[in-house]
Amino acid sequence: MAKEIETVCVTTGPAEVGDYVALNIGPIHPAMHGTLRVITRTDGETIISAEPEIGYLHRGVEKLGENLTYRQFLPLTDRLNYCSAICNNVAYELAVEKALGIEVPEKAQLLRIIMMELARIADHQVLVGILGVDLGALTPFFYLIIQREEIYEIFEWHHGARLTNSMGTIGGVEAELPDRFHEKWPKMRDSIRKANDETDRLLTHNRIWMDRTIGVNAFCADDALNWGFTGPMLRACGVKRDLRKDEPYLMYDKFDFEVPTGKHGDVFDRYMIRMLEMEESIKIIDQAYAMYQDMPDDAPLMKKVPKIIKPPEGQIYHAIESPNGELGFFIKSDGTDKPYRIKIRPPCYMVYQAFGELVQGEMISDLIACLSSINVIAGELDR
Amino acid sequence: MNFQAIQGEGWLLCKAEQLINWGRSRSPWPFPYGTACCGIELMCALASGYDMARFGAERVAFTPRQCDVLIEAGTITKKMVPVLKRIYDQMAEPKWVIAVGACACTGGVFRTYSTQQGIGSIIPVDIYIPGCPPRPEGILYALLKLIDKIEADHPLYKKRQQVVEALEAGK
Amino acid sequence: MSLMDRIKDCLGTDLIEISEFRGDVCVEIPKNRVIEAMTSLKEKGGFDFLSDVFGVDNIDLYAAKAKKAKKKKKGEEEEEEPKKQGPPPPRFEVIYLLLSLKTNERLQVRVRVPEDSMDVPSVTGIWKAATWPEREAFDMYGFKFKGHPNLRRLLMWDEFKDHPLRKDYPLEGKGEERHLNYDTV
Ligand code: SF4
Repeated sequence: MAKEIETVCVTTGPAEVGDYVALNIGPIHPAMHGTLRVITRTDGETIISAEPEIGYLHRGVEKLGENLTYRQFLPLTDRLNYCSAICNNVAYELAVEKALGIEVPEKAQLLRIIMMELARIADHQVLVGILGVDLGALTPFFYLIIQREEIYEIFEWHHGARLTNSMGTIGGVEAELPDRFHEKWPKMRDSIRKANDETDRLLTHNRIWMDRTIGVNAFCADDALNWGFTGPMLRACGVKRDLRKDEPYLMYDKFDFEVPTGKHGDVFDRYMIRMLEMEESIKIIDQAYAMYQDMPDDAPLMKKVPKIIKPPEGQIYHAIESPNGELGFFIKSDGTDKPYRIKIRPPCYMVYQAFGELVQGEMISDLIACLSSINVIAGELDR
Repeated sequence: MNFQAIQGEGWLLCKAEQLINWGRSRSPWPFPYGTACCGIELMCALASGYDMARFGAERVAFTPRQCDVLIEAGTITKKMVPVLKRIYDQMAEPKWVIAVGACACTGGVFRTYSTQQGIGSIIPVDIYIPGCPPRPEGILYALLKLIDKIEADHPLYKKRQQVVEALEAGK
Repeated sequence: MSLMDRIKDCLGTDLIEISEFRGDVCVEIPKNRVIEAMTSLKEKGGFDFLSDVFGVDNIDLYAAKAKKAKKKKKGEEEEEEPKKQGPPPPRFEVIYLLLSLKTNERLQVRVRVPEDSMDVPSVTGIWKAATWPEREAFDMYGFKFKGHPNLRRLLMWDEFKDHPLRKDYPLEGKGEERHLNYDTV
């Protein structure tokens, strides 16, 4: 493999290999979150250049999608971003519904919102926990993971799976909120807040934490837009952009919530934005839950959709705000029961391509911090 | 495990193989090779809710040279195959492998051009866990099964067998 | 002024076709004018954000259409043979998804690419965001993006020969394997 590294280095950069140490990190490395691989050239501890290499989890989802029917493809969307599978499901369902030209009933929309925001909280919790672990703070991870187990419990009650949810279907949601949710949610809201508070107290004003995160790979907004950043990464740079506000889908325009933004685009801002977004998500769930309870019991959950889905010929693109940013599905239909082409626009793909630029000139240990703060999920990165 | 401890005199009476197996089965240090969704469930199994350390998998070894059990959780793509093989070859004997999830067992839902259809054709696997993904309980159960398997092993007999075979081949 | 009119204004003669489906506007531009058209869309049209770039292989679509047309004709007059109408349309498409951050409008830009000349001007000079998507499109379909700084395979390994997302590549592959023998690397 040594030779392989060398050839990669030779083809990727102008500087001579001999002058710097080539350091290969990954694809299996505790800090590389699955299957990521970065080939760096370092001068002492300083990174001269870093080249991410991806594709170690390329499973051919898009090709598979061309050979499955619209309904059969839904479970595969779970396996993209497995930290918040529900957001993927809903994004795909919305895209197909857009191609069909239908809108689901309000109750189903509220259910989707509640579940999606829960998934967002779970996703951010993992991110903050792992970021802590990678920077040497192990304790918050244990607090947050327990909290996440409770969210998984709710998913399990509602649609029967912990991780790969496959929630809902094209045209609606299969079940109402489970009865146990009504008891559980008030308690859970408090415990999520408590765990977040605890994390906040442990990390935010911690001297070591501040030293390791503030000012580490700061990125400016213009560059971020040019590189195609979306989601928390873009908001950390100070751009107020959230598809829930800007291009409202479902019923997001009826809720009252804030979009937190940062200033410097460094690791600390990214961490802070995630912490604040969890609080906003709780707010959204509360409002959605109140609206849900006002709905009559026999309000429909499903729109009538033919068993075999055949959208008319044409191509559409629909994007939602997933925990990582803009998650879009492009569907080209040729009028048959299988999509002619499915393209997934994963949010972290765009961020990760700028990784070399993000970490250039930083220390190796900051590379790890940067990587965890991006929240690269190999499943959606490689598809 | 039946030790005969003779009290007061510091004697312990058992078969050497039993002693070795006892030591091995009580501390299977895992190497978490999580590549995809199943890796997240493996993470849950290792973390506070389920706590795999209760069964001796206390130290999560992130280096292949200091681990006993390779827990392969997630899809292995054809691009990843040489890496997996290399990691397995780097592990010191005795070593065991647990394949977590449908992908690691058979390729799962991904019957495509870039997915390896099961890791069994690359490295020997001891325990297969079905499920997509299996629950953390499933992973714990697999670990217990592996412990059973280790306890039923005959390390010295196998070693002797190897030596005999090598001698015979030398003649 | 509606979105369609503004785009027509902004592209001028570079516009080949404009269509709308479920509110998504799609325009087609000629292959050799990609850079100019994109620049004017970015500067005049306000589409300052590139969401994604990817390819589409249309060979099956054309085949299905030809079959349908043949069937119809047969039903009407059985004797007449289907005439050949000019050269076949270009096999591939590259689709760019643009977004305007100010007005939140989205636009799909389509470029048709024939199979025998796969080179397309790269837009990495305008948006850096196109770096990996273009590499992926090269990997999956074989487009040669002219002016791309580093056009290598992205998802498949380097020795891989085919372009897997083409419609004539089988789903389960052609039995490619990566070598296991790392000692000789
Ligand atoms: S078995 Fe299922 S959950 Fe596990 S890695 Fe494969 S697709 Fe993901």
